[in-house]
Amino acid sequence: SNHKGEMSGTGYQGKKNIPHLTNERLVIKGGRVVNDDQSQYADVYVEDGIIKQVGENLIVPGGVKVIEANGCMVIPGGIDVNTCLHKPYLGTPPVDDFYQGTKAALAGGTTMIIDHVTPQPGESLLEAFEKWQEVADKKSCCDYSLHLDIPHWHEGVKEELEQLVQEKGINSFQVYMAYKGLFQMPDSQLYEAFSFLKELGAVVLVHAENGDLIAQEQSKILGMGITGPEGHPLSRPEELEAEAVFRAITLGNRVNCPVYITKVMSKSAADTVATARKKGSVVFGEPITASLATDGSHYWSKNWAKAAAYVTSPPLSPDPTTPDHLHSLLSCGDLQVVGSGHCAYSTSQKAIGKDNFTLIPEGTNGVEERMGFVWDKAVAMGKMDENQFVAVTSTNAAKIFNLYPRKGRIAVGSDADIVIWDPDKIKTITAKAQQSALEYNIFEGMECHGGPVYVVSQGRIVFEEGNLQVQQGTGRFISRKPFPDVAYQRIKYRNKMMCKQGVSRGMYDGPVYDVPATPKYITPAPSAKTSPTTHQPPPIRNLHQSNFSLSGAQIDDNIPRRSGHRIVAPPGGRSNITSLG
Amino acid sequence: MSYQGKKNIPKITSERLLIKGGRIVNDDQSFYADIYMEDGVIKQIGDNLIVPGGVKTIEADGKMVIPGGIDIHTHLQMPFRGTSTVDDFSQGTKAALAGGTTMIVDHVIPEPGSSLLEAFERWREWADEKACCDYALHVDITHWNDSVRQEVLSLIKEKGVNSFQVYMAFKDLYQLSNSEIYEIFTFLGEHGGIAQVHAENGEIIAEEQARMLEMGITGPEGHVLSRPEELEAEAVFRAVTIASQTNCPLYVTRVMSKSAADIISQARKKGNVVFGEPITASLGTDGTHYWSKNWAKAASFVTSPPLSPDPTTPDYLNTLLASGDLSVVGSAHCTFSVAQKAIGKDDFTQIPEGVNGAEERMSVIWDKAVVTGKMDENMFVAVTSTNAAKILNLYPRKGRIAVGSDSDLVIWDTDAVRTITAKTHHSAAEYNVFEGMELRGAPMLVVCQGKIVLEDGNLHATAGTGRFIPCSPFPDFAYKRVKARKQMAILKAVPRGMYDGPVSEFSPMSRGGTPSASARTSPTKAPVRNLHQSGFTLSGKQTIELQ
Repeated sequence: SNHKGEMSGTGYQGKKNIPHLTNERLVIKGGRVVNDDQSQYADVYVEDGIIKQVGENLIVPGGVKVIEANGCMVIPGGIDVNTCLHKPYLGTPPVDDFYQGTKAALAGGTTMIIDHVTPQPGESLLEAFEKWQEVADKKSCCDYSLHLDIPHWHEGVKEELEQLVQEKGINSFQVYMAYKGLFQMPDSQLYEAFSFLKELGAVVLVHAENGDLIAQEQSKILGMGITGPEGHPLSRPEELEAEAVFRAITLGNRVNCPVYITKVMSKSAADTVATARKKGSVVFGEPITASLATDGSHYWSKNWAKAAAYVTSPPLSPDPTTPDHLHSLLSCGDLQVVGSGHCAYSTSQKAIGKDNFTLIPEGTNGVEERMGFVWDKAVAMGKMDENQFVAVTSTNAAKIFNLYPRKGRIAVGSDADIVIWDPDKIKTITAKAQQSALEYNIFEGMECHGGPVYVVSQGRIVFEEGNLQVQQGTGRFISRKPFPDVAYQRIKYRNKMMCKQGVSRGMYDGPVYDVPATPKYITPAPSAKTSPTTHQPPPIRNLHQSNFSLSGAQIDDNIPRRSGHRIVAPPGGRSNITSLG
Repeated sequence: MSYQGKKNIPKITSERLLIKGGRIVNDDQSFYADIYMEDGVIKQIGDNLIVPGGVKTIEADGKMVIPGGIDIHTHLQMPFRGTSTVDDFSQGTKAALAGGTTMIVDHVIPEPGSSLLEAFERWREWADEKACCDYALHVDITHWNDSVRQEVLSLIKEKGVNSFQVYMAFKDLYQLSNSEIYEIFTFLGEHGGIAQVHAENGEIIAEEQARMLEMGITGPEGHVLSRPEELEAEAVFRAVTIASQTNCPLYVTRVMSKSAADIISQARKKGNVVFGEPITASLGTDGTHYWSKNWAKAASFVTSPPLSPDPTTPDYLNTLLASGDLSVVGSAHCTFSVAQKAIGKDDFTQIPEGVNGAEERMSVIWDKAVVTGKMDENMFVAVTSTNAAKILNLYPRKGRIAVGSDSDLVIWDTDAVRTITAKTHHSAAEYNVFEGMELRGAPMLVVCQGKIVLEDGNLHATAGTGRFIPCSPFPDFAYKRVKARKQMAILKAVPRGMYDGPVSEFSPMSRGGTPSASARTSPTKAPVRNLHQSGFTLSGKQTIELQ
């Protein structure tokens, strides 16, 4: 049967996929269903890619495939909100494309990704979007959606944005505060972009780093003869990230627009987000797998290829206490969503920058390891409970990007993207055993507790006891509506509050200094230079001889003050303007 | 210390003065002692001093004797669109002296594109002719290029200027870009200058101003609505970041809001070398007056960054001043007449900016911070004079009562109560932003260059007696830490063998160009695969076969 239209607010565009979904019936028995708000023992019955029943003693048709969960956690499939599976670097695509990348995602318990469409400056956003959609439709093994990155701001882009929001199901757009001379927008353009996107009900994603200062630092560091990967973090210290986060939030506050910070990599950037939230700003912070599980000390590795594998922007912080701090903020809700920032370039691609760190293509792996490390470093450490785990790996993303409750929740009517999670599973991360095509895994050798036993995507088992059974092209494009409640409810109320009004006053009818007709910003007249005494032309003195008396002293009044006449009614009588005091 | 005011020496000779029975209050301690001054310099401090006969003696009767105030921020006689501020160097320094301030530091503001040195000389002429107390000068950098760089260098090395202000606001006028500010801070950091910054985000302000005017808001309330305090805080944060990157001491002029002050406190806690300067107005009043129905009154409060409409701001800033998180109090005294302010009667963006505060500066702090128990008398001295002297590298010549220091001092009457009003103030402005305020604490006697200039409420100041006091670079107060950090901050490359593995072919187009057509049509083709057949072994595995 066709499930189209069963859930309001979500249009399925992947028409071609319907055949895959028919006659898929599945019951998960004896598991503990964990959502972001509660955990309960219940069975889950799935049909045609949709969760049909949740409860005990379900009445299900005969011959249905049964998965015994044996008390394991049954959680909503992960949503990875930050991947770059088709972002080219100087003409070369990343080694993990939509097939390779979504396979890695599924192996880690993630059943949906949101990829970044990265048009080049000058390229049409719509064309880029369609290009991405075409490639993803062919290759993706799990459901996907797309963010659009806006490479530069101009009038023409507005129409495309409108179309993308209203017709194409895109509700999130990224702007860049870094990459000077390429993607970077100045504050005034950011202001305009925020204003426009807010009217559309979109979520503004921000790459937050101060590109002007980075450009300065890069040339300084290259000038010192530092060309290796260590130059990357040296030229992008974390305070440049924190600065840009602060500025982005300021802009968001001014425009009254929700702001989402992609790739929170440092303690100070995270603290800035946390502080702003305490002041009421509508801002979301997204740490990524890499910033949660490793640090920037590897940039100093003697192995160039290894050091280069960590190059991403903002860089990993050399401060080894960073991951722990970010996990703490994630646990208490100050940071909301974990992405992977997965963007895989091979060593030979990275080597384009072998003599100049600024040319190293940026990106790290993390799509497969994302959920495991949040479990290992936050839940297993006692920082975070299982419900918050679901929130940061899936539910919050679904809410912010308006996919909830179709995604991000185990409930009747939701998509059957389900993971059976084993907290006791132990895995040692290594490039040898990963799904990604990369030669290096930045988490190489790390032991990770917690992982998926079963992964169900669109109602089908795609991962079972270590084996992936995926098919490229099965992933559907999931369109998303604007004005997600979690971001926009408060914004709407604030809009009503923010109507400003001028003070109604009578007209000012006192004297007005007569400004010379010269343009405002020219060099002073030469007379000012040669005869400073005459530079105090007293046109203002006239006013003291006028019938408009004021209470001040004369300039040359160095003897005891007059106490007398302060006010004389101006011509035409007293007005509220000139009645001083 | 070299005195440059050669013309003044005759006036100073034979001035001898003894202050008896006072309690000397410096920033570090208070003690009872007599002070003997001669030729404008403090010669002896102690009990039972042996002094020449016939010396004029002042009985302090146990009152506080403090170093004369240093107002580190004034705009006297400042040119503005063919006119200038109503308080010139004479009027303005008289107001300063009347309030217990014996030295001012004025801002030279060169027109963008014009010579800094010429502007500096012009200000010198104006001030030498009229100033009634010693003065020094900041120079504002309103544009940046190589010739400005040379001028800044000669101002530091030859002209006695060690502090330079840059603007992050006033778009298309004074505003500099982040990159320019980075270069200026780098340059100042190398040559021992103090980077002062007017911290507001000019880009966003320009957008907000246009929005306000479009909404039909043209009155002075539009000024504060278009410059909300978070734009100040944002710029402070950015300035702190740039200064920290360039290892240059930072001085934030006009801290007007709680959030901007908080950013400075946090930065100081993280170890940044940054100083914050609240001004008389931000410590003594707030921005609610922008909504006054009296246009002229509302306009008199217009200054940038604006006074915060949050009425708890002054109390908060006084607290941070008392705790040392904010360092110095200036007045930013910059007074325009009502007729001048009325240039902007139909458009708030045209209202000339500036408030009074030179005369009220010290009393406001005494009343709001010391009387309320936030601050002790030593800290009072620190924030009104000593810290400024240290930042300007004038300490201990200024900012301290000690043998060898200039005899700029004040007998401070803690019990005096004054009601501030434009009727009696020494400024030529018709409005006083502190109108009607009752302030406790006032100078009873002011000695400037060893001469009594205020006594029994009477001012005896003479225009032209003020000397230019040159400030030398690398003040210890700011630069000791910076120097140590410079040695720590030397970056080193990692010594590695050459990378000799395969390198992907990439299109040689500029990074900003559109991608090649091939990338679009055949995304599956991967030149990267070659690497697995090369002799450069890597630890990864081959891509697994499709299942």
